[in-house]
Amino acid sequence: MSVTRRRPSAKVLTYAVLTVGLAAWLVPFAWMALGSVKTQGEILQRPPTWWPENPTGANFAAWFDRLGFTTYFTNSLVVAAATVLGNLVFCSMVGYALAKVDFPGKRALFVVVMVTLMVPGVVTFVPLFVMVSKLGLVNTYAALVLPFVTTPLGVFLMRQFILGIPDSLLEAARIDGAGELRIFARVVMPLCGPPLATLGILTFLSSWNNFLWPLVAAQSESRYTLPVALSLYSTGQNATDYGLLLAGSVLVITPILLLFVALQRYFIRGVATTGLK
Amino acid sequence: MASSRKAGASGAPASRRRRRQAIVAWGFCLPFVAVFTVFMLGPLLGSFAMSFTDFTARDIRTPFAVNVVGIDQYSALLSDPRFLRSLGVTAVFVVVGIPITMLVALALALALNSGGGRLVAIFRVGFYAPVVTSIVAVAVVWRYILQPDGLLNQALALVGIQGPNWLQDPSWALPSLILMAVWRNVGTLMVIFLAGLQAVPEDVQEAAVMDGAGPLRRLVSVTLPLLRPTLLLGAVLISVGYLQFFEEAFVMTRGGPLDSTLSVAYYTYQQFGFGQYGLASAASYVLFLAIALVSLLQFRLLRSQDS
Repeated sequence: MSVTRRRPSAKVLTYAVLTVGLAAWLVPFAWMALGSVKTQGEILQRPPTWWPENPTGANFAAWFDRLGFTTYFTNSLVVAAATVLGNLVFCSMVGYALAKVDFPGKRALFVVVMVTLMVPGVVTFVPLFVMVSKLGLVNTYAALVLPFVTTPLGVFLMRQFILGIPDSLLEAARIDGAGELRIFARVVMPLCGPPLATLGILTFLSSWNNFLWPLVAAQSESRYTLPVALSLYSTGQNATDYGLLLAGSVLVITPILLLFVALQRYFIRGVATTGLK
Repeated sequence: MASSRKAGASGAPASRRRRRQAIVAWGFCLPFVAVFTVFMLGPLLGSFAMSFTDFTARDIRTPFAVNVVGIDQYSALLSDPRFLRSLGVTAVFVVVGIPITMLVALALALALNSGGGRLVAIFRVGFYAPVVTSIVAVAVVWRYILQPDGLLNQALALVGIQGPNWLQDPSWALPSLILMAVWRNVGTLMVIFLAGLQAVPEDVQEAAVMDGAGPLRRLVSVTLPLLRPTLLLGAVLISVGYLQFFEEAFVMTRGGPLDSTLSVAYYTYQQFGFGQYGLASAASYVLFLAIALVSLLQFRLLRSQDS
């Protein structure tokens, strides 16, 4: 009895606490957005104003006119698009081979994939930089894309999904005389929509936010990605120009936040699958 | 799996088919294997090899002319107080940051699991949002919030507390970065814990209610034990990320003040910047060892979940 009677009020209380918590959680985003349209004078004002008194687009304009936003945005987009495309194609090919074809060395390959699932960039970036320098690739898109164009995580994700496709479907195609390439393209890939969406989003996200390697490999403004450009401005001579820096932050996170809100099911499924399966 | 055996009627075509299949399969794997060997396996071994040499930035042109110095780089590391400091900073970041992140995430997951419908979806999206954002971008706004007369201290002043100069005070800088890391990473664990909670069978909970167990009792005696694998997995996942913390320090404190936020990853990056590639490689391998141990644990957890 007491359980049923207490429930509604407990629920209301839970939601009240959650609402306050969420509001606090989102303050940094609000403060970022509000600050990005304040003038430098208002930013420095104490106590700070909550709502901008004279909203200005000057901070954003400066990014476009003076700071080369278009270049960084294009770089980030090109690198992310190439990385996503590479992962979708190459990881599903390996995933298919590992899941559905018998071949010598398969087990060893899978073990290697699993073992390197978690190798962090900080361990490989020094020799990677030496190699990229030797090849004359510093400051090229190739240097920014190639190390991430296929990833163990993507292979693992695709393999796990393709394992669940019934063998009978593939057998039927094989009896019809279809080769592996045809089975892959015509039977397996059309079924892989959900994991490809997850993989595409996860890859885009990690590429867009990637920092250490682009910081090392992109050495001139012409190849900076957005996070690299923002970090260098925010630690350089503009370090205290918060209106400008906050506008930059808004420009970096808005595309990804829009994407996230539109496709949140896939984002969250991605975390749940890579975390749990 | 059994396909190749079933396909051929007689022995010879079957083995030929199997050979062709093997070639095709390796063909499928070729792009991955090539990229993986050149950009992952190679550098992984290269880093290991470099950590036993006196490789510096000047040796890029003639990488094989460097001197092998044995474990000199490692002993140099262990006698560098800044490296020892970075080990301590990273350890504090992990050991303090993870329990806080897990507690907040668990509390959120439990609160959201009791409800349902659209409202939960909204909360989930909101609490998860920081996870998808660039650390560099959010570090900028956090630095702004944590200024001596920034938003946080203004809010504290309203309740009569004089806040410290968060990022310039050696005893507050690291806690500030931990706070930001918690904010950014809670969403990941919340989603993982929610998935775990939804797998807890309803009838087990109902049986506990029948036996007269209150909500707290059910949490401690039923839910948490059933959630144990998920909790462990979450801890491992997040610790791999926390062990590498770098961007936060790079944008917010530059490793300071007085190296109080100098992480191992930051130390590695600094040595790389000084051109000390051998030393940087050795430092990164120490970090790698820690991450490998944690990953090994995760691998075992995944395996035990499969069975």
